[in-house]
Amino acid sequence: MNEVIGIVFFGIGVAFNFFGCLGLVRFPDIYNRLQAGTKCVTFGTIFILLGVLIYSGFTSLGIKAVLCLVFILLTSPTAAHAISKGAHRSGVRLWKESIIDRYREEVKPVEGEKADA
Amino acid sequence: METVLQVYFAVLFLCCFMCIYRIGRGPTAPDRTVAIDILGIVVVGFCALMAIITGKDFYMNVAITWALLSFIGTIALAKYLEGRGFDE
Repeated sequence: MNEVIGIVFFGIGVAFNFFGCLGLVRFPDIYNRLQAGTKCVTFGTIFILLGVLIYSGFTSLGIKAVLCLVFILLTSPTAAHAISKGAHRSGVRLWKESIIDRYREEVKPVEGEKADA
Repeated sequence: METVLQVYFAVLFLCCFMCIYRIGRGPTAPDRTVAIDILGIVVVGFCALMAIITGKDFYMNVAITWALLSFIGTIALAKYLEGRGFDE
């Protein structure tokens, strides 16, 4: 029974990984790709690691899977934020059909100060 | 049961090749950084499935180490894109 539930969890996780990578290939813009890829792939990998825990129970394999899960859950959004901020600061433009850019409105005075100094 | 796991492996291989396509093709540097980050996370899931199908524990150690190193590398690349040092 545990094995069947684990296989189902693996299936959900692999499907989310696949759709996230499809978004990474198909979307038009760095920011869209970041949103599709990072969220979907993180969720899918978390489901795969939960499946490992259910499949193998509380053995050493399952405990290591929980450790890896907590680590990915903490670090993946941090990395996505850092990439997004770095891309915006390095001057990558939005897609031409995007309509609003709040971050540039917020950060504009800071860039003015830098230009003065 | 074995067949289903092999299908999962095939789909994850396809995901890895999609990420490699984006690393090679991506028009700007942040595109490549995002693809490297996502490739790292996909490989963590791949190692977890490999630990299940072979029944060996050490693949999960590989997964944990890969997650750590991928995070550090991504943060370094992001700071480099931003044009600043690590201590700011």
